[in-house]
Amino acid sequence: MSILKRSDSAETTRMPFSPANKGRSRRRKVMDRLMGGLAVIATMIALVPLASILIYVTAKGMAAINWDFFTQLPKPVGEVGGGLANAIVGTLVLVGLASGLAIPLGILAGIYLSEFGRGRLGWSVRFLCDVMTGIPSIIVGIAVYGTIVLTMKRHSAIAGGVALAVIMLPLVTRTAEEMLRLVPNSLREASLALGASHWRTTLSVVLRSAAGGVITGSLLAVARAAGETAPLLFTALSSKYWHTGLDQRIASLPVYIFTYAGTPFAELHRLAWGAALVLLSMVLVASILARMAGRKAYGGR
Amino acid sequence: MQVRLQVENFSAWYGQTMAIKDVSMQVVQQEVTAIIGPSGCGKSTMIRSFNRMHETIPGARTAGRILLDGTDIYADAIDPVEVRRKIGMVFQKPNPFPTMSIWQNVAVGLQINGLRQGASLEETVEKSLRRAALWDEVKDRLQHSGASLSGGQQQRLCIARALAVEPEVLLMDEPCSALDPLATLKIEELISELKNNFTIVMVTHNMQQAARVAGYTAFFLLGEMVEYGPTAEIFTKPMDKRTEDYITGRFG
Repeated sequence: MSILKRSDSAETTRMPFSPANKGRSRRRKVMDRLMGGLAVIATMIALVPLASILIYVTAKGMAAINWDFFTQLPKPVGEVGGGLANAIVGTLVLVGLASGLAIPLGILAGIYLSEFGRGRLGWSVRFLCDVMTGIPSIIVGIAVYGTIVLTMKRHSAIAGGVALAVIMLPLVTRTAEEMLRLVPNSLREASLALGASHWRTTLSVVLRSAAGGVITGSLLAVARAAGETAPLLFTALSSKYWHTGLDQRIASLPVYIFTYAGTPFAELHRLAWGAALVLLSMVLVASILARMAGRKAYGGR
Repeated sequence: MQVRLQVENFSAWYGQTMAIKDVSMQVVQQEVTAIIGPSGCGKSTMIRSFNRMHETIPGARTAGRILLDGTDIYADAIDPVEVRRKIGMVFQKPNPFPTMSIWQNVAVGLQINGLRQGASLEETVEKSLRRAALWDEVKDRLQHSGASLSGGQQQRLCIARALAVEPEVLLMDEPCSALDPLATLKIEELISELKNNFTIVMVTHNMQQAARVAGYTAFFLLGEMVEYGPTAEIFTKPMDKRTEDYITGRFG
């Protein structure tokens, strides 16, 4: 009772917005502006390298982009012109192979981790995924070289696709798991209470609710794989010609950029810049599609 | 009066914690049975045990029997999925499937169970929405997202979804606690209407609500069932001192 009374009297003597607070409130406002400004400056600084790469690659690359670039094979050193059509197709084939392997496997693994894997196995898979995410991509290349290239006794598109898939797999798995975990438990309960089995609930309700996020994660993994060079050097190698079979070596944009940039010829440098621009555009398109898929999922709510 | 659900010496645990202690009670056909009691008394655990939802929580287990029309739903040979098809449930927070339209939300139970297709599916959806007193409000926007409805409408959509599979018993776990008074009133009217066709078990911590809609009431306290009987008797002349204390607002 006495406590109540004291606080009552305090209420009457000190108004909530008394002039005594004015100095402090102004200091707070100044601090707010200052910190807000610092955050904006930091963002600008972070964007400078990004923007300059985009602008530089576009400016340099545009010079090489013409109809031939997309339709012609590379010309022998010394000749002017030609294109990198085989490398564009090659990158699409490699990324397609890798996606076909890694996305279904990764989504299934993500479902396992989120819906079933509570015990030690789940913990181990999760841990291995995290370790795999950190493995330098050149080591993935060497590992696939040791297992597939040496066994088949030649470099091949298959080996390249597998190497890229190994890089994509942990990304797809962990994002799928995170997205499925975000689905509220109340939806799982609602489905179970309707008499749906566990797997039916997972497929029709959980995966469906998380579809947007799962697609976003997969496409970001695709974008990541499209730009990898190191794992391809040991596996898919490169080729000057159209690809003839999945068991043959295959050209790709990143490897062409790597080799052409290392030569002393201006003409090849020009093509490398063009390849960089095309690769960048492909990654950009994948990222934009990923964002759109994610936004669509939230728009439904 | 015919007994649909018979609970015999039923206990339930979460890991080491005992949530329900040796409860015996019954649920009468085409009546509303309310389970009341303060928070943490085990009333939600009890209602989740009626359709074996309790065991979906890791570490949860049970002992004792619950009979649906004489068959023990906890018998080894019984598939919990079968139990849940016969005993439907509406949850505390409205939980329509956010990626599905209003129509799909109601149809999904039938589709998941692979029960029906085509014209009869359309019919069942309409009938369920009518039964849930939602048809007139949504008939022009069946393809809109279920999440676009108000809270009270969402809860009635969930009721329609549960009714579509024609359950024999409908469980409702505090179906009005997330709703405003007007929506609550609507759901209560609906429950009184539904009891003509369905057997209903309802958890509520609103005693007035139990008094308004329930024919029978069970009072739970600290995991035990203190008293069970016709609602009028529980509220006017309770046998147990603890029931009287709770009902008169001395605790809880």
